[in-house]
Amino acid sequence: MLSNIGNSLLIINTLLSISIIFFSVQNLNSSANLINKNIYQMCLLQSTLIIICFFALIAAFINSDFSLITVYQNSHTLKPIFYKIAGTWGNHEGSLLLWVIILTIFSFLFLLHNREYPKNYSLYTLIIQNILIIGFLFFLIFNSNPFSVISPIPREGLGLNPILQDPALAIHPPLLYIGFVGSSIYFSAAIGSLLSNFTDKSFAQSIKNWVLISWSFQTVGILAGSIWAYYELGWGGFWFWDPVENASLLPWFAMTALIHSLIVLEKRNLLYFWVIILCLLTFILSVTGTFLVRSGILNSVHTFANDPTRGVYILIFLSLMIFISVLLLFKKIKKNNYNLNANSKEAFILINNWFMVFYLITVLIGTVYPIFTEVISDHKVSVGPPFYNTVIIPILVLFLFIMSVGPKVKWIKDKFNNFKSLLIILVGAILINFFIIYFFKSYSLLSNLIIISSIFLIISSLKDAIQSFKNKNFNFSRVISHSAFGFFVLFVGLNHNFSVEKDFNLKLGETEKFENYLIKFKNLQLKDFKNYKAVIGEFKINNIQNKKEQLLKPEIRIYENPSTLTYEASIRTQFFKDYYVTMSNIDRSDYYNIKFQKKPFMMWIWISVVFISFGGFLRIFKNEI
Amino acid sequence: MKYKIIQLLTLSIIIFIISIFFIGLNKSSIYDTKNLEGQVLKDIKLDHFSENRLILDKDFKKNNFTLINFWASWCGPCLLEHPFLLKLNAEKNLKIFGVNFKDKKNNALSFLDKNGNPYDELAKDEFGKYSVSFGIYGIPESILINKNLVILKKFIGPLSNNDYNYIVNVLKTNEN
Amino acid sequence: MKTKIIIFFIILNFSIVNAKIFKVDESRIFKNIRCLICQGQSVSDSNSEFAQTIKLVVRDQITKGKSEKDIYKFLIEKYGDWIVYNPPLNKTNFLLWMIPYLVFLGGGLLIFFIVRKNKQN
Repeated sequence: MLSNIGNSLLIINTLLSISIIFFSVQNLNSSANLINKNIYQMCLLQSTLIIICFFALIAAFINSDFSLITVYQNSHTLKPIFYKIAGTWGNHEGSLLLWVIILTIFSFLFLLHNREYPKNYSLYTLIIQNILIIGFLFFLIFNSNPFSVISPIPREGLGLNPILQDPALAIHPPLLYIGFVGSSIYFSAAIGSLLSNFTDKSFAQSIKNWVLISWSFQTVGILAGSIWAYYELGWGGFWFWDPVENASLLPWFAMTALIHSLIVLEKRNLLYFWVIILCLLTFILSVTGTFLVRSGILNSVHTFANDPTRGVYILIFLSLMIFISVLLLFKKIKKNNYNLNANSKEAFILINNWFMVFYLITVLIGTVYPIFTEVISDHKVSVGPPFYNTVIIPILVLFLFIMSVGPKVKWIKDKFNNFKSLLIILVGAILINFFIIYFFKSYSLLSNLIIISSIFLIISSLKDAIQSFKNKNFNFSRVISHSAFGFFVLFVGLNHNFSVEKDFNLKLGETEKFENYLIKFKNLQLKDFKNYKAVIGEFKINNIQNKKEQLLKPEIRIYENPSTLTYEASIRTQFFKDYYVTMSNIDRSDYYNIKFQKKPFMMWIWISVVFISFGGFLRIFKNEI
Repeated sequence: MKYKIIQLLTLSIIIFIISIFFIGLNKSSIYDTKNLEGQVLKDIKLDHFSENRLILDKDFKKNNFTLINFWASWCGPCLLEHPFLLKLNAEKNLKIFGVNFKDKKNNALSFLDKNGNPYDELAKDEFGKYSVSFGIYGIPESILINKNLVILKKFIGPLSNNDYNYIVNVLKTNEN
Repeated sequence: MKTKIIIFFIILNFSIVNAKIFKVDESRIFKNIRCLICQGQSVSDSNSEFAQTIKLVVRDQITKGKSEKDIYKFLIEKYGDWIVYNPPLNKTNFLLWMIPYLVFLGGGLLIFFIVRKNKQN
């Protein structure tokens, strides 16, 4: 029954989208100044129905309705209810439904919030957005339908992969989708702007909050993914430059560039076509990322199960999007007068964009290069962290310095008379870095530069904040995001250099000694839980230097549905560091392979990213009131 | 004019990239080391299974063809290919050389007792370290080499009927 | 006098570049080697049989005094380019390393020309 409801709603929504497009086209040519009321009503109906459709799917999961293939493949009666619900979007078909929901709701809300802007602009945006919606609905209905049935109805489901049963992973897709799926709306708005010739600074005002919303959510979405990887995957890292992670980072770079360029467009009415390019690029990158992840073209730890037809459909959709955007741009692009001085805030924002494009291209090339070498020369290569770190980090140092200077530069033209104060801050940063080296331990030249440049950014942002507070022209959101970014780089740099890692094999009762740690394998227990059995190891970590003791209990979990083995890390989070221990069994041996890690500042890395995103939310709030 | 060039260039780059993606969809993303065929094995070092000596390059050079088979008593798929190994044992030009991988001597011997011993010679690799020099990353795996220690073919996974026929073919065409 | 002290500290800071990083670090090597039977995990992160074997072999080679480069060369010889996460700089991978820097240079030049053109107006 739920299957019928779901399917009908999907078809009704497709028809609704078609009629919205039809009525909008009609409305375009009409002489009326306002958008036809019917259109608003249809959009409201569209949003309502798709939400009901989603709830129908959730209901199917909660009730363990195994007549639906998706529920059968991804759920199980013994699953805790929270994860039954999260399982709705934790699979390919369900997550596509989430795509459609965000596309639809954003379409409606954008329409509502743009009533003060030209009618044709809104209508064109609505038409393009609905074309996107139809594209995804077709994909959903004909290829990846969450409401497809299976007969006879199985009595039990195949279960949800246990490593996906984690709170951070439960919210990771919704957050991320508001981010990069939400970018669809300014993709459509950009085309709408081109078609309706709505090109002045009010276009920037029309989309700026939407860009901020998608950027802020994208930031926390990426964070949720990293937190999940850290806690669940048992490797102690939080970023692996894995294709799926890169897929979420690519739109983020474009969004960041866009946020900054929008400021220029709004303030000085410059860079219109560049803003359009960025708007189009962000969503194109989002769909590209989806293609790379779901088509199975890349080997990655996070890939969904593979089905080649998915890849073909998404690629066709992506190609159409790219061709239409590019051809439209070619037709409409005009030579612009660039009234840009070298020493102006506009120039610095352009520089920000230049660096963002660099990061974007680097990550994009690194991710897709293996595809190219394989197709062209039948030769497989791996591109991993060493490549990205080597290429990006040196440039990041430069970027941090420029980021410190940029915000203070005046619009149009500035005379650089605060050189002396910058020098003082630089010396301060070097001194702090020196103290770190002196009191703790030294590290590579590159790390020195990263630490110095991030401290430089932090100090100059905070000094900025104090100064503008005195002058009462406070830009809270910028200061928070920029200094948080500085803190983020600083903590990642310190974490990288002060982490301690040891990989060794131990038998029950044995002790391993290295550096100033003593690790004793105290106990091994077997425990039965609701849907798994656990082998729990007890390890006593003794810090010889400060005589402190920790007890960590990593686990090996044996699941039945589906039949998998997972390794649960034991993490002891403290104010300044995390202790991280994983244990895995060695086949046909009494020995266990133990990985011990001390990771400084983990909590602070998470907190920094939260604040980066918080700056964005604050700005939206400030814009709205 | 300059503008038209930029347009053409952009479009061609986009078409190029999209075509690569289309073709890439059909390629498998699972890696195997079959492309190491043609390499010459060198500096071979293995522990003999029962005797207290090392097996080196020269022990292989005296055979026309050798099939080096990596196996273990605890490996399920190894049982699948065992009949083919026994059949191949009958081939005169081929020596079957087994490497017992990360196994216990008793278990290995009882496996061979129960299922038959196709190996002309047997080595052991208790920790799996020596097998890395052969580019092994899972078992069962087999390598077909000739007199000059050139890798003719790598068989990843248990030998299939096709693999068996292939080997027999190679031996036939080199019957001199 | 003050400036001299500051300069002294700056030089001191950069001269204490850690000599330890030039020692062969097994963790760094493990992180750079791909686990061939896993989906996108390094040998450092993987608990698989293959990962454990490779760790043993790499440790042996480090004890024998092999450098990091030698170890990668050995593994690439046996398993192909795919096993190492840092694509070596050769004909096939040359573009991979070049394109980002070309883009960086190109972008810089573009901005330079935009700003310069305006100055001339």
